[in-house]
Amino acid sequence: MKTLFERSVSGRHCTILPVCDVPECTPETRREKPLRLPELSETDISRHYTELAKQTFGVNDGFYPLGSCTMKYNPKVNEDAAAMEGFTEVHPTQKAAQGSLRLLKSAEQYLCEITGMDEMTFQPAAGAHGELTGLMLIKRYHEYNGHTERNKIIVPDSAHGTNPASSSMCGFTVINIPSSQDGCVDLDELRKAVGEDTAGLMLTNPNTLGIFDKNIKEITDIVHAAGGLCYYDGANLNAVMGIVRPGDMGFDCIHLNLHKSFSTPHGGGGPGSGPVGCKAFLSDYLPGERIVETDGKLAWCDRGEKSVGAVRGFHGNFLVVVKAFAYLLTLGRQGIPEVAKNAVLNANYLKHLLEKHYEVAKPGICMHEFVLTLENLKKETGVSAMDVAKALQDYGIHPPTMYFPLNVHEALMVEPTETESKETLDNAAEAFLDIYRTIKENPESLHDTPHKSPISRPDEVNAARHPKLRYHFDD
Amino acid sequence: MKTPNELKYSKTHEWVRFISETEAEVGLTDYAQDALGDLVFVNLPEIDTTAAKEETICDVESVKAVSDVYAPLSGTVYEVNEELLDAPELINTDPYGAWLFRLNEISDADDLMDADAYAAFCETEAH
Repeated sequence: MKTLFERSVSGRHCTILPVCDVPECTPETRREKPLRLPELSETDISRHYTELAKQTFGVNDGFYPLGSCTMKYNPKVNEDAAAMEGFTEVHPTQKAAQGSLRLLKSAEQYLCEITGMDEMTFQPAAGAHGELTGLMLIKRYHEYNGHTERNKIIVPDSAHGTNPASSSMCGFTVINIPSSQDGCVDLDELRKAVGEDTAGLMLTNPNTLGIFDKNIKEITDIVHAAGGLCYYDGANLNAVMGIVRPGDMGFDCIHLNLHKSFSTPHGGGGPGSGPVGCKAFLSDYLPGERIVETDGKLAWCDRGEKSVGAVRGFHGNFLVVVKAFAYLLTLGRQGIPEVAKNAVLNANYLKHLLEKHYEVAKPGICMHEFVLTLENLKKETGVSAMDVAKALQDYGIHPPTMYFPLNVHEALMVEPTETESKETLDNAAEAFLDIYRTIKENPESLHDTPHKSPISRPDEVNAARHPKLRYHFDD
Repeated sequence: MKTPNELKYSKTHEWVRFISETEAEVGLTDYAQDALGDLVFVNLPEIDTTAAKEETICDVESVKAVSDVYAPLSGTVYEVNEELLDAPELINTDPYGAWLFRLNEISDADDLMDADAYAAFCETEAH
C-alpha cells in the first residue's frame, strides 16, 4: 500500500481546519524552506488509516497466544470508564480532584492486597520501566545502608531479556545462573552466586517455562540470608493472582503489567503501565508522591529525601489505571482468582491437545503457559518453529512467542489466557495438528508461509542491515 | 562446520589466532555464526579496553537476538576490525577471516581447545 507521502497531491487539504489563532512571528531559527508534509484530503487520510488497520492483527481479530505477554481480551467497559469526563478532563496538578485521587488510592490498595505489598507507585509507564524503578529502589536501599559494594543482580537463564537489560541500565553487574533440569532455579548455583556483593535477585514466578518454582521460599531465603533483596517480575502474575502473593513468597518489591494481567490494551493499543509495589521498609525510596488521607480528604504528599525521584511526569499513565481499576471492580474478590484458575486450565487443556504430536519442553502440569520445542522435528523434517509460527497466521491465529526462552531450542511459547473459549482452543489445536500433518506430508510447503496475510515473510536481515527510516523525495 | 587446525577455541565459541607471542586476534567460530543466524550489527570494544578472560568484551546482534562476546583470553585491545561495522555479514560468510579485535599483552591462553577438541565440544553442545 502507498504511504501518506505517495498519496500526497500538491495543494490538496482538509477544509475543516479552523483559522490559525496563533500570532505569526519570524524567529531567527525559523527553517529556510517549509516542511514538506503530505497534502491530503480528510477522505484520503481516513482511508489510509483504515487500510493500515486492516493489515494489523489484534485480540479483536482472533486468538493471540503470545507467550508471556498475556494478550487477554480488553473489556470494552474499561474504555467507557476511562472516557468519563471527570477522568479525561482532569489536570494532573488539580488538587481538588478527589475522585481521581480516590481511584488511584483504591487501585493501589487492591493491587497491594493482590500482591502482598505495602505501597505502590503508578509512575512507571511500562514493564521494563517498572523493572528499572524497582532496581533503583534496591540500589538506593543498599546505598542508604552503606553497602555500595552490593552491585550484582542475579538473574536466572530463563528470565525475560529485560531483566539483565534493566540491571545493566541501573548500573548493576548481572550474574546469570543456569536453571536445573526441571526448569526451576538451581539452588546450588544460587548458593554459589550469592555473597557480600549481592544486591538482589530478579525472578519471574511462574517462570517463562510456565513452571511455578516449588522452592520459591527457599530461594528468597537464600538471597535474604546473603543480604540481598528479591525482585518479582510480574509478567506472569496472571497465573497466580488471587491465589498466592509475591509478598508471601518473600519478595521485597515487584512490578505489575496492567497491560497484561489487568486487561488494559497491550502493544499498539497501549500505552502500558508498570506500577511498582514494595514492602514498607522500601516505601520511602519509591518515586513520585504518595497519596495521603487526612479527615477523609486525599492529597499528594512528598516522599522525602530518600525517594529515587520522579521516573516520569506527574502520576503515570492515569487513564490506564482507570481501565485496570474498572477491571478490578468488574471481577472483584471472587473473579480475580478465577482468572488465574481459568488461565491455567486453558493452558493445560491446549497443551494436552498439542502434546499428542508436538514435544513439550517440560512435561507435566503447566501454569498459564507452556513451551513446545521443535528441535527434533526440525532435525527430522527441516521445519522450524518459525515455519510453524508463520503457518498459524493462515489459520487466523497470531503466532506464539518464538525462540524464547533461550534455554529451549526451536521454542514456541503458548499462552492462551483465560478469556478464550473451549471452542477457540479446540480450533487452535486443530490448526496446529493440521500443520503437523503438512509437516509430515509436504514440509517444503511450509517454508514460505503465510500465504493469506498482507505480506508474507519480510526480509528481516535486509531491514536490519539497511533500514529505511524516512521517506526520500524524488527531487 | 569448519574448525581450522591453526586456531585455538573457547567454550563460548570464539576463535583465537596467535599473531606473535604477545599478540592475538579473536573472532566468532563457524558454529557460533551458524547458531546466531544472519548478523546485522557488531558492537566492537574500544581501543585500550582491558579484556578479562571469560568476561564480556563486546556484543553482536543477529535477527534473533543480541549476544555477548566473551574474551577467550586476557589482554588489551589494540585494534578492532572496523570493516565489520558496515559489513557484519562478513562474520557469516567468512567467520575465520572476520576477526573482531586484536589483543596485546596476552595471558590466560593455556586452556583453549585445539580444533579437534572444539569440534567434539560442539558435537556435545548440539545435543
